[in-house]
Amino acid sequence: MARTGILIETENGAVKDTSLGVMTAAKGQEIIALVTDGDPAGLKDKLAEFGAAKIVKLAASGGDITAGPDLLAGALAAAVKEYDLTALLGTASVAGKDLFARLAALMDLPLVSDCVALDVEGKTAKKSHFSGKTFATLKVDAAVLLATVRPNAIEAEPAPAAGETAEFTADVADPGKVVIKEVKKGDADKIDLTEAPIIITGGRAIKAAENYKMLEACAAKIGAAVGASRAAVDAGYAPHSMQVGQTGKTVSPRLYIACGVSGAVQHFAGMKTSKVIVAINEDKDAPIFAKCDYGIVGDIFDVVPVLTEKL
Amino acid sequence: MKICVCVKHVPDTAATIKIEGDAGFKDSEIKFVVNPYDEYGIEEAVKLVEKNGGEVVIVTVGKPEADATIRSGLAMGAERGILVTTDGQFLDATLTAKALKAAMEKDGLPDLIFTGKGSVDTEAFQTQYRLAGYLGLPVVNEVSKLTVDSGKAVAELEVGGGDKQVIEMNLPCVIGATKGLNEPRYPKFPDIMKAKKKKIDQMSLADLGIDAATGAVILEKLEPVPERSGAKMIEGSVEDQVTELIRVLKEDEKVL
Ligand SMILES: Cc1cc2nc3c(=O)[nH]c(=O)nc-3n(C[C@H](O)[C@H](O)[C@H](O)COP(=O)(O)OP(=O)(O)OC[C@H]3O[C@@H](n4cnc5c(N)ncnc54)[C@H](O)[C@@H]3O)c2cc1C
Ligand SMILES: Nc1ncnc2c1ncn2[C@@H]1O[C@H](COP(=O)(O)O)[C@@H](O)[C@H]1O
Repeated sequence: MARTGILIETENGAVKDTSLGVMTAAKGQEIIALVTDGDPAGLKDKLAEFGAAKIVKLAASGGDITAGPDLLAGALAAAVKEYDLTALLGTASVAGKDLFARLAALMDLPLVSDCVALDVEGKTAKKSHFSGKTFATLKVDAAVLLATVRPNAIEAEPAPAAGETAEFTADVADPGKVVIKEVKKGDADKIDLTEAPIIITGGRAIKAAENYKMLEACAAKIGAAVGASRAAVDAGYAPHSMQVGQTGKTVSPRLYIACGVSGAVQHFAGMKTSKVIVAINEDKDAPIFAKCDYGIVGDIFDVVPVLTEKL
Repeated sequence: MKICVCVKHVPDTAATIKIEGDAGFKDSEIKFVVNPYDEYGIEEAVKLVEKNGGEVVIVTVGKPEADATIRSGLAMGAERGILVTTDGQFLDATLTAKALKAAMEKDGLPDLIFTGKGSVDTEAFQTQYRLAGYLGLPVVNEVSKLTVDSGKAVAELEVGGGDKQVIEMNLPCVIGATKGLNEPRYPKFPDIMKAKKKKIDQMSLADLGIDAATGAVILEKLEPVPERSGAKMIEGSVEDQVTELIRVLKEDEKVL
């Protein structure tokens, strides 16, 4: 059985659901879960339940592994060799995409970023090309497959395995050329849009920044994140970090609820691979209704409060 | 200060992609443009040179037609261009990074390199890292704020959940630009005319001593992303609509 490493992401001491989906992408392989932060013992049950044969706490001789992305990339490269991995997978989160690109450059190995489907054994991956208009199937001809998986694109399935814990300290001393000087905290405990399992988006129809509170109230009830269209961002109703679409974030939640969004191609480029798309729009002829799964014709200021109440 | 901006020639995002054969697309009828994220890199480079002096050089690996895309960058204020010609529709990121490196070395290494955060055609998100790796330079991506001063660059990038990181690097370095960094200018007619006279050096991969043999990633198939056939509309009073929506999402779709 070939060995696949999975870089695990955690949040508040727990394994992120998106990482469990990445483990499922490597189903059938001997899975080595690589943990960089938190206590592996505390993560053990969950990781074993979803297929980890081994859980390795990764460290570097050069110091705190999270101090700079180059140090972590160096440690991951060492882990690939130490465990003789034929594949290493991670989440296509902001940090994951950055880290895997550094690793690929460091090891001079090919990388497929942001896959929506993966065949680890056959070393083939499916990913978006042309801003969500097409899917490309790519075959990687290299000893090690490096890939990141789009958050929520692959649903996590339990596959119990041994979950033995171990530690590995990579002999990497150089902190690298990129030094993090400061982290500016955004709004505390906001769910990151790209990783959220459910997203509620407000378009231009939201009319004012304070009206996003209406969507936030609804989102809070179902663990959703709140997104915005470019028209809403350009009008100053929401920050760019909330924008979904071609020039914003690419998301793939299991449920996407678009409130007062017309359905422009550039918006769809960022959310087309969502599992279920619902649109609420007062215009029965809005283009979005031709491209989504369920539609409600109505005023968002009437529909959303009722939705929040009933959820 | 010499600044190189890596610019990719990509199909306009509004263009319809017609698939041809197993893994190709019809590129003769569609409009190609500067990769949108690369525009932020061009703008930032031009602004830095307007302030501190120096020159901005656009470097592109692509088909001979990419000449027009380089001209768009020259109209935004870049001084000259370099086009490394290839004939494939899709370029392997490793090969591209090698070509960019060789072209820059031949021309004289810059003090600063800009790229976009990613290309909107292949969405590979890695060329900038490989280029930096080959040149032994620091790299940061998704930069939305930048200050360059006395041999150092301080970059701000969003890292998810609204958090931002501030990163300091020595020059030269590679900066992947994204929205927020600036507002790219629209060239005026005289700028477009002036750009026609600016110099573009053309060379082939072979001229740079690079073997164009296929990279380690092979595009096997290109297919349209399935379109949804149209929404199932939920009718009735607001109360009824919402009740039915919640039922469908819970019971039929199992997403709530
Ligand atoms: C290069 C490029 C990149 C772009 N990138 C992006 C991107 O990343 N993301 C993005 O979103 N867009 C992007 N756009 C813009 C895109 O083309 C659209 O302009 C934008 O998505 C429209 O936003 P909207 O749907 O909120 O607004 P509109 O198109 O104005 O639609 C508003 C909708 O709300 C409905 N409405 C109004 N009031 C109510 C109400 N009270 N209740 C219910 N419904 C109501 C209207 O019927 C209408 O359908 C890009 C465009 C270009 C050219
Ligand atoms: N063929 C190319 N020519 C010039 N620059 C490129 C090319 N391909 C990629 N780049 C640069 O690298 C960035 C990342 O591209 P990619 O790795 O394809 O997502 C782009 O935004 C460009 O700045």
